[in-house]
Amino acid sequence: MTTELDVVAVAVFAFFFILVTVMGFMAARWKRGETMAHIDEWGLGGRKFGTWVTWFLVGGDFYTAYTVIAVPALVYAVGAYGFFALPYTIIVYPFVFLVMPKLWKRAKDSGYVTAGDVVFGQYGSRGLELAVAITGVLAVMPYIALQLVGMAAVIKALGLHGEGLRGELPLAIAFIILALYTYSAGLRAPALIAFVKDIMIYIVVLAAVALIPWELGGYGAVFQAADDAFKAKGAGGILLGDSQMVAYASLALGSALAAFMYPHTLTGIFASAGANTIRKNAALLPAYTLLLGLLALLGYMAHAAHLNVASPNDVVPALFQTLFPSWFAGFAFAAIAIGALVPAAVMSIGAANLFTRNFWKAYVDPGVSHAGEAQVAKVTSLVVKVGALLVIVFLPTQFALDLQLLGGVWILQTLPALVFGLYVGWFRAPALLAGWAVGFFGGSWIVWQDGLKPLHALSFGGSTVTVYAGLLALAANIVVAVAVNLAVAPRVARTA
Amino acid sequence: MPERSPRPVLWLLLLPYIGLLWVPFYNAREPEILGFPFFYWYQFAWVPLTALIIWIAYRSVRHDD
Repeated sequence: MTTELDVVAVAVFAFFFILVTVMGFMAARWKRGETMAHIDEWGLGGRKFGTWVTWFLVGGDFYTAYTVIAVPALVYAVGAYGFFALPYTIIVYPFVFLVMPKLWKRAKDSGYVTAGDVVFGQYGSRGLELAVAITGVLAVMPYIALQLVGMAAVIKALGLHGEGLRGELPLAIAFIILALYTYSAGLRAPALIAFVKDIMIYIVVLAAVALIPWELGGYGAVFQAADDAFKAKGAGGILLGDSQMVAYASLALGSALAAFMYPHTLTGIFASAGANTIRKNAALLPAYTLLLGLLALLGYMAHAAHLNVASPNDVVPALFQTLFPSWFAGFAFAAIAIGALVPAAVMSIGAANLFTRNFWKAYVDPGVSHAGEAQVAKVTSLVVKVGALLVIVFLPTQFALDLQLLGGVWILQTLPALVFGLYVGWFRAPALLAGWAVGFFGGSWIVWQDGLKPLHALSFGGSTVTVYAGLLALAANIVVAVAVNLAVAPRVARTA
Repeated sequence: MPERSPRPVLWLLLLPYIGLLWVPFYNAREPEILGFPFFYWYQFAWVPLTALIIWIAYRSVRHDD
């Protein structure tokens, strides 16, 4: 892969980057409410995003730049197993269709902004609220850091690199600009930028999946080349091994259940104008899944193009650089970099909302005004982004990757507290808190024991089954919650 | 909120889970379509199918908000 400074690509890249920067600052005036000094306005865009805005925002927020880099990288490295992202992002939508409109309604009716608010409103327990809020912040922080990894991969491919801290400068500048317009415009900034980002990504992926196989001899040849490469390597394959099937299904299911528990996806849900907006989006968002599946195939195309990359994360940039003309490579890299800005902005807003509502308002200043809340959230979003930047600059990338893996296990443990109450009134806070604690710490322990791998091998008699650790932890979580609830609320249980 | 019993059509929403979580069913190379092994085009096919199922479910629920 060449890392010479590519002037044409850099110019195209810079043009689009400046375009979205201007849009980001102007977004403060878009669909403006009476005041920005209210957390509903800054942190949820006034809760009035219709079907299209929500489609672009949630699509831009859920299918992140890191995904664009990491999914093809995983498919390149291990083959079929990396495709679990496809079933995952399909089966997430029936769940969204059934659950999220109810959650939205609860939030709208009571003015809730975060998952912590919903849980406190339902159970009146500060402990459970804090558990849910801390889990959300911990899970989303490494995710923000990983958006920077996605951005860094394309900046490196553009040839903008230097020694030490100077090499991180373009990344730092991009992120500081992002932090500033998120500060002033709140959720409206990523919502507006998402339009540009998503359209660019669609163009890039459609061009890639149409043109690249044509240059490489068709899809049949691409799959064959990948198959040959895995056979030569002696690991991976374009089909799953027998031991991988349960792992594949459990990763897909666990990830799908976790996906909309994250602060950034919930922020997108709470910001929509109505329950029907969400139901319609459950039917429309799979368009992005198609895109993701096609994108994953880039991992195989890299084998067909005989690319040699230092790290799997360079697969996508290297492929674009090798097979696209400079100007289009610049366009594609801009799409990925802007693709990092949207989720990073929404994630920092989601984390800031949690801090403000479930920590600041709960413990520091219970009488805080609406304007005060908005101010605390704005400052927090700045702190969160600077923190993510420092993590990426000063700590090894593997640290963020490991934390993000744990984050998936953690956030899944908030599902019982957040979702069960929408359907049944039987559970009590101590039971859900006990379940959360078992799932959170037990899940972390399993992942740690397995050497920070998401899959855990279980033995039944003679056979071994490999299962996603997050799903195991969730099962333990639910069992403990039911058992403790039976113990602490025997009278309620008998009548239920 | 009006009383409503779960509509039969909502059971359709289970189909994507059955179709995609029963992995041994589709972990195969043949039949291929346009160079895509079965494993791949089968999962891709579930994307529009799931969107369609959700759309059918959407049409059937009461829009009470």
